[in-house]
Formats: sequence, C-alpha cells, structure tokens
Amino acid sequence: MDLEYGPEYDALRDELRAFLAEAWPESQRDHAAAHGIDPQAQRAFIAAALERKYLYCAIPTKYGGSEQPFDALRESIIAESFNAAGAPWRLGAQGVGMIVPTLLEAGTEWQKEKFIPSTLRGEFVWCQGYSEPGAGSDLASLRSTARLESDEWVINGHKVWTSDAADANYMFGMFRTEPDAPKHGGISYLLMEMDQPGMDVRPLRQINGATHFYEVFFSDVRTPADWIVGARGQGWQIGRINLKHERNLGGGSLTRNRFDSLVDLARSTRIDGRPAIERDDVRQRLAALDAKVRCCETLTLRQLSSAANDEQADDVLATLVNKLYNTDLGEEIVQTGYDLIGDRGLEAPKDSTWTTISGGGPDADWVDRFLFQLAGAIAAGSSNIQRNVIGERGLGLPRDLRSPR
Amino acid sequence: MMRSAPLPETTTMHFGLTQEQTLMQHAIRELAAGELPPNRRRALFDEGTGFDPDLWQRAAETGLAGLVVPEEHGGAGLDLLDLALASEVIGEAALPGPFLGHSLATIALACGGSEAQKSEWLPKLATGDTIGTVALGERGDVWDPAGWQTKDTGGVVSGDKQFVEHGDRANLIVVGTAGGGLSLVEGQSLGRSEVVDGLDRTRRLAHLGFDGAPAEALAGGPTAADAVCEAGRILLAADAFGASWKLIRMTVEYTLEREQFGTKIAQFQSVKHQLANLAARCEPMRGLFWSAAYSFDHLPAERAREAAAAKAHITETAVDIGRHAVELHGGIGFTWECDVQFWLKRTMFDRTWLGSPRAHRERLAQLSDW
Repeated sequence: MDLEYGPEYDALRDELRAFLAEAWPESQRDHAAAHGIDPQAQRAFIAAALERKYLYCAIPTKYGGSEQPFDALRESIIAESFNAAGAPWRLGAQGVGMIVPTLLEAGTEWQKEKFIPSTLRGEFVWCQGYSEPGAGSDLASLRSTARLESDEWVINGHKVWTSDAADANYMFGMFRTEPDAPKHGGISYLLMEMDQPGMDVRPLRQINGATHFYEVFFSDVRTPADWIVGARGQGWQIGRINLKHERNLGGGSLTRNRFDSLVDLARSTRIDGRPAIERDDVRQRLAALDAKVRCCETLTLRQLSSAANDEQADDVLATLVNKLYNTDLGEEIVQTGYDLIGDRGLEAPKDSTWTTISGGGPDADWVDRFLFQLAGAIAAGSSNIQRNVIGERGLGLPRDLRSPR
Repeated sequence: MMRSAPLPETTTMHFGLTQEQTLMQHAIRELAAGELPPNRRRALFDEGTGFDPDLWQRAAETGLAGLVVPEEHGGAGLDLLDLALASEVIGEAALPGPFLGHSLATIALACGGSEAQKSEWLPKLATGDTIGTVALGERGDVWDPAGWQTKDTGGVVSGDKQFVEHGDRANLIVVGTAGGGLSLVEGQSLGRSEVVDGLDRTRRLAHLGFDGAPAEALAGGPTAADAVCEAGRILLAADAFGASWKLIRMTVEYTLEREQFGTKIAQFQSVKHQLANLAARCEPMRGLFWSAAYSFDHLPAERAREAAAAKAHITETAVDIGRHAVELHGGIGFTWECDVQFWLKRTMFDRTWLGSPRAHRERLAQLSDW
C-alpha cells in the first residue's frame, strides 16, 4: 500500500493549476456559476485542454482524441483538478461517455469518422433512447419498433427518461427490429437525427418540479439502413458495451462534497438558540456519516488503484456494492439535511439545476436534494436490481425467476 | 517466520495488498484450519478458558507473536497494516488466544520503551515465550489515558484495572497510569486477579488489582499510550471486519442448504436481498480499516480521526451483521449449539472493548473541529 502518487504526478498537478489559471480563470468560473456555461466558452476550453492532451486519452488521434497509453492516475488527477476549478470539460455524458466508446468498439469505420470527432468537439449532442414506459428494470422487454423499408429504418414507439433530448441533435437507442426473435435477440442498436418529422420531444416534469428529462414519441421517424451499430438483433450486446467502460471514479469525492455541505448546514443552523453542530445528537449523526463517507472514498480509491495497477478480479465485490452503498448513504445525508432545516422543509424546492443538486455551498437547497435523491434508488439500475446482482454475482446465491435469455 | 516485505519496486499509488500480505493472510488461514477444526473451537468455547497453549505455541512459531517487533529485536518488523490484516483473519477464524493484548503490549514497548526495556522484553515477546498484555480499562467504562486513576508512585503501581485481556495469564502487563503514562509490571508480581465470566469465550478477560506492585515506567509512556489506544481501535475494527465477512459467508452457506416451502431459502428474494444488504454494508469497511492502519503507519495527522471512525463504524456495523446472521439462521441460530454465536460475540467484544461507538463518534467530532 502506498498512497503517494510520486513526483511526476505532483508536477502534473502544478502544471494543471497553471493551465487552469489561464484557460478557466476564476472570473470565468464565477460568470458560469451566475449565468450558466456558455457553449462557446466551453468549446474553447475543451479545445485548449485537448491541445495539452488532457482529454480523450483513450481515443485515437484520427478521431479527434489525444491517443495516449492508459494512465488511470493521470486521468483521475485531471478530472479532479478540472472539477475543483468548475471547468466545463465534461460534454453531455451520453456522447463522450456512452456512444463514443461504443462506436470505438463496435462501429464501422465510416461511423467512427462521421460521429466521433464532432461529438468530442461538442458539435454533436446525443441522447439515449433506452427506457420505455413498459421497459424499466426489464429493459429487454422494450417494444418501440424499427422496420426496414428499402434503405431506411422506420421507427415507431415511445421512450422515456431521455436526458438532454431537447438539446440533442442525435439519438442512439435500442429498438425491436426482429419481432419474431426471442426477447433479447430481437433488438438492434440504431442512430438517428433528432430534428425530423415524427419526432416529438416532450419535457417530463419531475417530483421536484424541475425538468431534467424528456420523453420522446416516434411516429414513422426515419434513419438510413446503415445507421445501425453491430448487426441486426445484436443491439442488446452493443448496449452492454459501455457498461464495461463505466467506472464511477468520482463517486467518493462527490459524496464527500455533499457531506461537507451538510456539515456547513449544521454549523449555520441554530436549534434552540445554539448551533446545531454543538448538539450531541447532531454530532453523533455526522460522525456516523463521516465514517461511511470515508468508506465511499476508499471504494473509489480501490477502483482507481486496481485500474492504475492493472489488478482486476480482486475487487469484484467492491465494484458491485458501490452504487447501492452510495445510494443509501446519499439517502442518509439528505434525511439529516432535511431534518436540520426544520420548517423550511415546508417550502417548495427552488429552480433546480445539476449544480444545486450535486454541489455544495450555503445555497444548497435541501428540499430539492431531498426530493432529487429519490432518483438514486431508481435510476441506472434500481437498488433492488443491485441487490439481485450483489446476491447472485457477489455471494453466489441462486438466480431469480426471470424470462430465459 | 514471517519477514518484512521488500520495498515495492514501482512508485505507483497502490491502495491494495502486496503479494506478501496476501500470503501472510493465507498462512494464518492455514494455521487456523489446521490447528482449530470446528470441534476444537467448539470445545475451547465450551470450556470457556479462551486459551490453548498449543495453539499459541503454533501461532508464535508461524511468527504471529512478533509481527510488529522490530527486526533487531527478533521480530518481523512489519507495519500496523500487516498486524491489522492478521487481525482480520484472526477475527474471521475466531482464533482463541492473547493476540490482541500481546500485540498492544508489543506496540507499547516498541513505541515507548527505553533501549534497555526493548532489549529485555521485545525478543521474548517476539517468540511468544513471554505473553504480554495491556491493562487499560478502569471502573466506569473508562478506557482513555485521560481517565486513568491507577498510580505509579516511584516504581510502585496501585489501582484496579478491568477487563484485561488474558490478564491472569500474561507474564508482562503494560499498565496505563494516571497522567497517561504506561508502566511495566511482571505477571508474578500481581496483587489480585479475578477471571471474568466473559461473553466472548475466545478471548479471556480478568480484572486486576495492583497493591504496590513493583513497576518500571516506560520512558515514552504518554506518546506510547496514545499509540496503543489508536492501534487497539484499528485492530478491533479489523477483527470485527473479518468476523463480519465470516458471519455473512456462513449465513450464505446455511441459506443454500436449508429448505422451507420446498426450496432452498436462498431462492427467496427476501433472503437474497437481506444478505446483499449485509454484503453492501460490509465490503466498504475494508478500505476504512486499511486506510486507518495506513494512516497509523504513515500519516500521523490523520491517524486519530481514522482510528476513531474505523472503531466506531466497523465494530457497530459488525454487531448488527451478526444479529442479522442469527435471524437468517432461524431457530437454530438462537441455540448455543449454533456456531454463529462465536462470531456474534466476537464482534460484541470488539464493539465494547476500548470504548463504545458513541464515545468514538464524539472523539471523531472533536478531532474534526465540529
């Protein structure tokens, strides 16, 4: 065990500090915090970071990446530094995070050339068409269809929980193309343009009153026959590719930020005339949470260490339990916060943005967090699905009764 | 004999175990499997002595008695992290014996002993010929140096100590004294000892009374006392972590055998989810005790906070995991015949010895400047 990163990484931190002072100075950060991120400024920042080879290390130069040997520590330090400076380095998660790795692994040459470079520059914005009203945890039961008519797919159906659908110009998603094939074998992975007749995007108002997601209705939407990733009927396998790339390296520090803002709340809240943080019950709860936050941080550290040292298999359980643990801890944190705000908990949440939900600071809206946290146990693999996976893959318990694969 | 690990060749950040550490854990598992078959553990538990001289001898021959004794004094010169990893396996095996007190006495001498004291005692502790222990607890759930009342007046110790691990069997007792110091008392000069009818029968406890026992103060007593308490918290956490996984694993096995309603009860989603929740609460604690032990070895500014967090969180969660394990075993789990009780009681010892989770959470709050 050795938690020292070594001199070359210390040097990298210094280098990043200097870079950020120029490419994303505090003035720009404050401006973005007050008025939102200007897309132009974001693109300029990304171009500058890419020139310094800070971004897209796993992506070949010919597709617009910086093509470098894998270095998990370097990547995590860059992400950490950029996050700490509030730099807008992350384009929509669906594009760089999902479709790019999927195309790199399973796309054809023309698909890579057409879609990857523009996505990395932020010109192509993607949304993901997976969930449907009748297909949540049981995603493979999806029913939206695509049928091939001469040289085009004709798409009909209904997708929900589509993040960024209003801003996206492209969608990737899973559609049933082989109605007679068994459940998982009848799905294909298609790409399509959003701006076309028959594509109806409607905002979905959430329990906290905000709109982060959309639903999309398809009536004879069209896309070229070769805008398919992988072969017909292989969509389920293609959709699983990015699961392999999913590494929740930032989980621990995000939870620590949340917890720090809870401590701030306990300092600034007065109960019976004295700061809440001086009360024994509050101190006990915070200390209990602090230990769990430390557990989260070490889960992240273990994953980073495995990646950096090329150790895999060892830490299967740590990976399997990560999401459920973060969800349950997030729940405890917002419950404590909601408890502390007292009668302010009768007020409706303010306009919520991703920053107010995940960030810290005195303006954190704990009513909004309390409501938004409900998504934790539902989205991206519900907690009960996580429990199945932990039980079956982690503990060797028998599989549930499910439809055959 | 285990030897200290060679320095790693690369400088890459590594939050994981070395091959040597994995092999050491494996060696202790082998030792436990060979020397402590289930019927032997059961017999020792029923006898209630909590001590088996042959087992101690074999463990000492494997190097367990001298893991953190410096090499120049005949030990393996390993870090607290290594000792914590050993404790994890000792907890997992519910290995009866004076490992905890002995290890802490060793740390007290290594941190606070004069050269003469170290040369006299450490080699004997390393071989296990001398069994060491620490007498820390006092009446009123007092464990911390600040609360110690036992007096060392010019080389004579007087006062009462409670719940001393293997207190009546140890040859060398490190006694916590008023002002936060530590003094060495030889076992045969003890005044009174009263064996406790202890809950965890794998670890023998005794109340000790010192009525002017000849003693020798440790030169670096106060610093060593903090180190002993912090190391103790970490070792208890590691032990409870090992016991927790053992409880989960044995419960998984039981649910794969036990049939009700015509099927293995593991087939029921309610059972599977209850076990998954236990695993999800347990596994993240591994990094917490690793990190606490690493801090003890390398990050002095962090170590008190980390030790308090690990002790409070891990031992308390472990007890709860034990209670779920009993529940999942059903009626048999409630019987004396069922082995689950060995590990449940092990975790209850870990939770209570050196102070309650509540006390350590308050310590954590203070250390965080809340």
